[in-house]
Amino acid sequence: MSGYLEGVLVVLAINVILAYAAFLPIVAGQLNLGIAGFMATGAYLSAYLTNAHGWLPLPAALAATILTAALGLVVAFPILRTRGIYLALATFAFGQVVVATILNLDAVGGAAGYPVATHLGFPAIAAAAAIVFVTLYCLFHTRFGLSVTAVSDDELVADQMGLSVRGLQTAAFTIGAGVAGLAGALQAHHFNYIEAQHFNVLLSIYVVLYVLLGGTQTIYGPLLGAAVFTLLPEVLRGSAQWRYVIFAALILALMTWRPQGVVTRGLLRRLVEWRRPSPAEAA
Amino acid sequence: MLAQQLVNGLMLGSVYALVAVAFTLTMGILKFLNFSIPGIFMIAGMCTWAMLKGGASLLVAIPAVLLLGALLSYGVERVTWRQMRGGDRFVPLVSSMAFLILLENLALIAWGSDQQRLILPFQSTSARIGDVVVGVPQLVGLALAVAVVWTLDRVLRRTRIGRAVRSIAEDAETATLLGVAVDRVVPLVFAIGGIFTALAGVLFSLNYQQASPFMGEEVALKGISAMVVGGMGNIWGAILGGLAIGVVETAAIHWFGARAVDIAVYGMLLAILFGRPTGLLGGDLAKGRA
Repeated sequence: MSGYLEGVLVVLAINVILAYAAFLPIVAGQLNLGIAGFMATGAYLSAYLTNAHGWLPLPAALAATILTAALGLVVAFPILRTRGIYLALATFAFGQVVVATILNLDAVGGAAGYPVATHLGFPAIAAAAAIVFVTLYCLFHTRFGLSVTAVSDDELVADQMGLSVRGLQTAAFTIGAGVAGLAGALQAHHFNYIEAQHFNVLLSIYVVLYVLLGGTQTIYGPLLGAAVFTLLPEVLRGSAQWRYVIFAALILALMTWRPQGVVTRGLLRRLVEWRRPSPAEAA
Repeated sequence: MLAQQLVNGLMLGSVYALVAVAFTLTMGILKFLNFSIPGIFMIAGMCTWAMLKGGASLLVAIPAVLLLGALLSYGVERVTWRQMRGGDRFVPLVSSMAFLILLENLALIAWGSDQQRLILPFQSTSARIGDVVVGVPQLVGLALAVAVVWTLDRVLRRTRIGRAVRSIAEDAETATLLGVAVDRVVPLVFAIGGIFTALAGVLFSLNYQQASPFMGEEVALKGISAMVVGGMGNIWGAILGGLAIGVVETAAIHWFGARAVDIAVYGMLLAILFGRPTGLLGGDLAKGRA
């Protein structure tokens, strides 16, 4: 495999993980614009554990994932008191504060960036992306996934049916934070260098775009969204600067024609029916 | 010294205030966080630079840029807001973000990524009041901001079109039933927001004598914060929030250094969101407290 292809696939795997970090909260009705903040937390925690305490990269990434999820749980309580656009803005402000705090922490290099000693290669990152996808696939097809979808469809009805709306939202937010932390840890160990400025609000916005473009109704939406977002600029690379212009125009066109995202429940149903001949034809 | 810091903060804040007014208009009336605003802000700044470089007079450049801002914002309404019916609630947000990417990259293609320096057609731009140095364009900018918002406030409260706008803020569906031409009023709201954004872009580029394709992002994030701090949907709140953010920012630089700015500004935003989510003034365009 060429170095270029491997580089693109690593970015793709990390973006897929990030997309699922944003996906669960969005399904639970929360637009989390602080993904980059959680990603930065995971990246710096994992880097610090390996650099300063001599941990191996895999246990460090796992620990960073759990610790970032714990941070998500702690901030979920004040943040989930807000709703709708206020929640989006609170997560945005949280992400900015995290990055600004890291910039002021001289123990991890501050504004100069932080070199990471240990390396994780493409196989480990691809495996992590696969594990995240399978885990979320299973989770999405349990009672939990059904309940979260119910909350996003109609909070009031879900509440009346006896679902713990606040509990489900907290769980979705916490899991999302942990997954974002994992993506950050993997990025830190693959590129061996992190800087706080990378984890800005535009990154959070792009991740949310992956999910909304792909579609929030099914588990496949974020996968497709992240793949399109990562690979399309690479395919369009031939036309240099125009590629982002074309890219933005494509987003506008897609949002006009498929406002629910590319992959919807209806599309999946049609695909299944198209493959299976109808009973009348079979007879 | 303290007075000078306060003045600097207020001057910086007046730019944030104008951007915050643009955000708060679409937010208060349409519940829509319009991310194309940083793009229009940047285009306004870059066009001001390009026109001054081309030898145009400010008297020609400023109206032209304001008109461009209105037209761009009208275009955004056509492509984002109109498409929202029946769609996901996040769709206009995504489309407006696509506009930001589109405008930034068009500017990169047209002018490159360098920060450009504005050459002003007039000489000395500061005046002394006692010990305090005040930039004249900044002072004019602040006065202009307050005047424009005052006018907007009058229009919203006293005129037929203002009443239509407030009825849409209350409930767009009921407004339609009662005969308000929502499809004609909403583009107007966007156009006015575009003018405010473009004015902020012009003032920023003149005050700081610089323009770059990325100038919109930072200012827009501060503008959004200013909107929340003042109270979403409240245009006087946007002014107050903008000035507050400007003062907090210069104070943080003065006492704690440049690296503390984001902690101070966004920490304040978090504190407001948790403690008093309606903002300092409490916003509700529909209730006439605009």
